[in-house]
Amino acid sequence: MKKLSARRRHPLAAVVVLLLALAATGGLYAAFAPAGKAQADETAQSLAIEEGKKLYAVGCASCHGTGGQGSTDGPSLVGVGSAAVDFQVSTGRMPAQQPGAQIPTKPPVYTQAQIDQLAAYISSLGAGPSVPTQKQVDPAGADIAKGGELFRNNCAQCHNFTGEGGALTHGKYAPNLADVSPKHIYEAMLTGPQNMPSFPDSTMPEKQKKDIIAYLQNVNGDKSVSPGGLKLGGLGPVSEGLFGWIFALGALIAVAVWVAAHTAKAKKS
Amino acid sequence: MSSQDIPEEKHLPSEQGDAHHGGVAVADDPFADPGLPVHKPRIQDIDERAAKRSERTVAMLFTLSMLATIGFIAAYVTIPVDKYVYVFPIGKVSGLNFALGLTLGTALFCIGAGAVHWARTLMSDVEVADERHAIAAPPEVKAKVLQDFADGANESAIGRRPLIRNTMLGALAMLPLSALVIMRDLGPLPEDKLRKTVWAKGKLLINQNTMEPLRPEDVVVGSLTFAMPEGLEETQHDFQNQIAKAALMIVRLQPQDIKDKRELEWSHDGIVAFSKICTHVGCPISLYEQQTHHVLCPCHQSTFDLSDGARVIFGPAGHALPQLRIGVNDEGFLEAHGDFEEPVGPAFWERG
Amino acid sequence: MSTATTTDSQRKAPAGERVADWADGRLGIYSLAKSNMRKIFPDHWSFMLGEICLYSFIIIILTGVYLTLFFHPSMNEVVYHGPYVPMQGVPMSEAFASTLDISFDVRGGLLIRQIHHWSALIFVAAMVVHMMRVFFTGAFRKPREVNWIFGFLLLVLGMFTGFTGYSLPDDLLSGTGVRFMEGAILSVPIVGTYLSFFLFGGEFPGGDFVARFYSIHILLLPGIMMGLLVAHLILVFYHKHTQYAGPGKTNNNVVGMPLLPVYMAKAGGFFFLVFGVIAAIAALASINPIWALGPYRPDHVSTGAQPDWYMGMPEGLIRAMPGWEINLWGHTLVLGVFIPLLLFPLVLGAIAVWPFIESWVTGDKREHHLLDRPRNVPTRTAFGVAWIAEYIVLLIGGGNDMFAQYFHLSINNITWFVRIGFFVVPVLAFIATKRICLGLQRRDHDKVLHGRETGIIKRLPHGEFVEVHEPLPQAKLHTLTSHEQYQPIELGPTVDENGVERKPKAMEKLRAKLSKGFYAENNQIPKPTVEEYKEIQSGHGHH
Repeated sequence: MKKLSARRRHPLAAVVVLLLALAATGGLYAAFAPAGKAQADETAQSLAIEEGKKLYAVGCASCHGTGGQGSTDGPSLVGVGSAAVDFQVSTGRMPAQQPGAQIPTKPPVYTQAQIDQLAAYISSLGAGPSVPTQKQVDPAGADIAKGGELFRNNCAQCHNFTGEGGALTHGKYAPNLADVSPKHIYEAMLTGPQNMPSFPDSTMPEKQKKDIIAYLQNVNGDKSVSPGGLKLGGLGPVSEGLFGWIFALGALIAVAVWVAAHTAKAKKS
Repeated sequence: MSSQDIPEEKHLPSEQGDAHHGGVAVADDPFADPGLPVHKPRIQDIDERAAKRSERTVAMLFTLSMLATIGFIAAYVTIPVDKYVYVFPIGKVSGLNFALGLTLGTALFCIGAGAVHWARTLMSDVEVADERHAIAAPPEVKAKVLQDFADGANESAIGRRPLIRNTMLGALAMLPLSALVIMRDLGPLPEDKLRKTVWAKGKLLINQNTMEPLRPEDVVVGSLTFAMPEGLEETQHDFQNQIAKAALMIVRLQPQDIKDKRELEWSHDGIVAFSKICTHVGCPISLYEQQTHHVLCPCHQSTFDLSDGARVIFGPAGHALPQLRIGVNDEGFLEAHGDFEEPVGPAFWERG
Repeated sequence: MSTATTTDSQRKAPAGERVADWADGRLGIYSLAKSNMRKIFPDHWSFMLGEICLYSFIIIILTGVYLTLFFHPSMNEVVYHGPYVPMQGVPMSEAFASTLDISFDVRGGLLIRQIHHWSALIFVAAMVVHMMRVFFTGAFRKPREVNWIFGFLLLVLGMFTGFTGYSLPDDLLSGTGVRFMEGAILSVPIVGTYLSFFLFGGEFPGGDFVARFYSIHILLLPGIMMGLLVAHLILVFYHKHTQYAGPGKTNNNVVGMPLLPVYMAKAGGFFFLVFGVIAAIAALASINPIWALGPYRPDHVSTGAQPDWYMGMPEGLIRAMPGWEINLWGHTLVLGVFIPLLLFPLVLGAIAVWPFIESWVTGDKREHHLLDRPRNVPTRTAFGVAWIAEYIVLLIGGGNDMFAQYFHLSINNITWFVRIGFFVVPVLAFIATKRICLGLQRRDHDKVLHGRETGIIKRLPHGEFVEVHEPLPQAKLHTLTSHEQYQPIELGPTVDENGVERKPKAMEKLRAKLSKGFYAENNQIPKPTVEEYKEIQSGHGHH
């Protein structure tokens, strides 16, 4: 016991402690981070193939099966519709780089023209929701307040009050909706990507989807306001508490230190 | 309690300052208290110019506070309450809130800073020692008080007349009962109110988005819909109380994916209806993961498996979400086959 | 006023003095001021943490009174037609609508709301830090145990006043919190449902709780707190402030600056500083933007449903608890909710009872006015750090969804970390802290005996290099050796003077055992003695 505490004063002790702490942090992180499985198939670099089927065969078939029937690595695409293809591919989620708790967005791999071709091919496998038109997703004239009510009933449970996103089970999450385009929001509601449930027109008509988009643009878009000042992530009490402890109480204690400190003494005396 | 078993005081260290008292360094004791250090003057104490500078700083701070208060009034009068301005790097904020807060903050802070700077640089900074006196009274005072008390108690005759004492204590002990009894009308008795909801046989499932009755074909696999019972109006006075129990979550699974036999029986063609109210403490649980069929509560992370009778698979909830038995009526609309068969929401003592 | 300056052969008292005379004749203010006007207060930043609490409490009261002028504590349903577009036409309670009005229609209303809420967060946070200062320096020892309890009660009441206030706007976030509270009350065996029905005036949410919470929030709890606060301050005055050890500072004096003028200027000025900082924060940072949350509906919810930070600890307990539920003889025991409900006061109260445990173990009945350095009381310090560690583990548990979201972790794994950490982390923190304290004690020990390491390397005639150690000045030696060290208590002879064997009572055995754990050889480093010092200083000047 005494020996150990004597060594604690060794000049290298701090370094050792730091390394141990870093190793422990890394280990803990590795333990808690949702585990990725194996490195998946490489992303296909598509050449300028005109047909969606060819694009599909190269970029998608390895997981989703040669005829879109699905495999252990990817769900069936029969009947998902062109909206699902447009959403998944143009947000960069598909093709997926590696399987994990959830497939994240990244810069899209395909051009819009290629995406349209892929979408056309998938739609040909079975009918499903199609890509909405510009007019369908345009929130102009929609009822923002109604959109808010719909959002709090249908969406906020996962995406937070104003679409800041939130955690789901085992490392899955509902993403932040701040920079998501109206078209993608619409497509997501229509098709229910990954673990998100769908909100088809039969239960949530087109007008209501527009209301939701209009609400999101109002409260979490480029032009939204935060009357009270810094939004602190829009996450509520946890970030407010951290801000209060670190900045507010920190500032007050700094002031207290100044108030109580001894004034500088004259050099000579 | 007595601590007779342990010899008192032996283990206590000697009284603070007993060993080396006196404030002067004792040659024999290098650890002795050398006494308060000699006061060293500050620059302001010996240099009048520095003192003047301090004085000007304090006056400037107080002046700044006055200006800030004028700014506060000006901002209040001139800035409209609905004016939003972009402030880097905060974002678009209420101009009035920003201006009022900063001017008020400055006005207050400058008064404080002025007073403290004054105290720190111009008021005497000679440290003084004050003697302490024991908190406990000296024995003769204690004796006097005890005697006075004994005299008082004696004169009251409370010891000699136990009848008075006992009835008085009884009266005082009983009195708070009226305060307790008068609380009775704070609320009605629970009776079976927690066991029943407005769901009943034949009530249609109303889609909360459209306020239209749901048909089975509206509900596709992988979708999530919230429904309330036919006849419940948002405008009725007890709507909040009713929806707090009746809120319903509807999903559709492939019938072959449903593992629980009763769940399958109570479903219609894969459409299942579960209470939206968490069985833990009553949050509206609805974070439905359509691929895993798990539903997560956003409040305390209880997780239920909707493909297996909504049993709890993680978190603090104690029992499965109640399922509503549904079917289709003659006109092809989804309807309830009765109320929930068990109380919805958090568990309670009488739940059984 | 001017009459006071008239030249009069018979000295006429100035106006101020005459007012004071008038007051003295009725209130006896001179006698009161005699001992208090120049009362000495020691200067240290850590002694001002309590002032932060006091001032933020005053700010809360001032802003709170303003808010009551506009807030309608009613759950009557109205439809919003104010300026905030995303709420127009939405049905809501009057409480929520009037909070929107305060934020969007009343000029400066938003600022006052934000000052009020930020002050509340700071108030409770400052109370915790203040309590920690008192704990780690041993300022709770005799004669201040009662004041420690007053302070602890203020913390608990502050938490509940905060919670009731957070619930008043009847927004979707706080309503979810109230729903949780209802669920927690329902879990109480036998009387749970009755308590819930009486609190909410029937079924949840009913139409009463905002009005009821309102009177609790603005009258009942603050009233009790005001009383405790005044008592707390009177006792601070009466006991005179504690001080850190140092030259000239003994257990029988208090060294510092007089109340008038220095302390009055500093403490008075500090009020304005605190208020100024909080006002600036309210100008810069948004808090509880209820307009973004929407009105409460029991069938709506948002992820990230959190209480304010001071309720994060019980929130962690409830989130980490496994879902135990026992059904017996037609009754349900909701352990999954009820156990956390019981653990909440136990975890919180663990720190509150420590002073009494410590004084029982030491058996010390003397007054203590000199503060301890935390390292010199390793067991107490380790206990305090373990308590903080437990608190932080539970805070992490209370915000597990936020941590999962922001660090891309699994919510389930964090919950498991909290479940295990609840038992393990405090133990580890205790052990680590104790060892760090002992290490620091050894360092002080060496510093006293061998002096300060100067960093100057000297070469001796025979070629050896040594670092020059400079002996500490006497003031420093005194400071480092002025702490008291208890000796572990002994059970004493098991045979008394008459040869009769007696058995020590179980409590006494426990006490002796604890005392050993606190003060035995391995649990504190003996102070250097004068003899040791002299021997080393005269023998060889260096080491």
